[in-house]
Amino acid sequence: MNATVAMILALAVGTYAFRLVGPALHGRVELPARVQELLAAAAVVLLVALLATGALTEGGGFAGWARPAGVLVGGVLAWRRAPFPVVVLGAAGVTAVLRAAGLA
Amino acid sequence: MMAPLVRDSALVWLASGVVGLSFGAISVAGGLPVWVPVVMSLVVYAGSAQFSAVGVLLAGGGPLAAAATGLLLNTRTAAFSLAVSDVLGGRGRLARLLGAHLVTDETVAFTLAQPDPVRRRAAFWVNGLGLFAAWNTGVLVGALAGTALGDTATYGLDAAFPAVLVALVLPTLRTDARVRRCALLGAAVALAVTPAVPAGVPVLLALAGLVRYGRKEASA
Repeated sequence: MNATVAMILALAVGTYAFRLVGPALHGRVELPARVQELLAAAAVVLLVALLATGALTEGGGFAGWARPAGVLVGGVLAWRRAPFPVVVLGAAGVTAVLRAAGLA
Repeated sequence: MMAPLVRDSALVWLASGVVGLSFGAISVAGGLPVWVPVVMSLVVYAGSAQFSAVGVLLAGGGPLAAAATGLLLNTRTAAFSLAVSDVLGGRGRLARLLGAHLVTDETVAFTLAQPDPVRRRAAFWVNGLGLFAAWNTGVLVGALAGTALGDTATYGLDAAFPAVLVALVLPTLRTDARVRRCALLGAAVALAVTPAVPAGVPVLLALAGLVRYGRKEASA
């Protein structure tokens, strides 16, 4: 078996195993309310960390100003309860315009 | 109930399709055969892990390092699958096994943003199946088109994904002070360690923010 095939298989099987943790435990183990609460909080903590690192960093360094500026505009729109498409297109649009204007 | 779900999901599908295009194109332009990005997207189905694994491969890091990097990035899906396990459960074994494969950042965020269990279940399947179709179609077209595509950063797509997550977590952050405290500390930890640790680790270390969750509903 070629090494690339082995890499793809290992990554696929491992990833699927992580994804099965929830469905496999569900109904078998009765998680205490406190643990369920913490799991819901953990999911939000992970998502916020993803969006913060995704907005500000690229390959371990700063992502440049255009991207965080776009995300910030998206955040302000979301805070003002703008519809979802406006938030997403607003963020992408601001970043695209800043890049076109020469800001990295 | 379906129309707003589809309307909001459609943008995520479109953006993912275009990112998929760039994943397919980057892989083939780097010298990998067309089947590598295509098969990988079907069986791994995790954008950031796929980009990192291919990045390591193309940088000459070897298959073992590529798989390890991708797996490290995907450990978070274990926590996500726990968070949506009520949506995945109770529909028979096949639906559970299929549904598990659809657990991604975007689909979980979409699901958790819904107010009640019925909507959460609908959101998971509508968003998840559509995202799977869009991502894999994008990768296939991108791999076939190769370098004919321009740089997708021009369209600001890299800002669209963090913005999607902002829109989806903001309602929770606004109303739940305990979760907000944890999330802010976690994000600060993740950003602080990013330059020093391998990809995937910062987000996991963000879970340290949960120390601020507290005992009871004292300050909710």
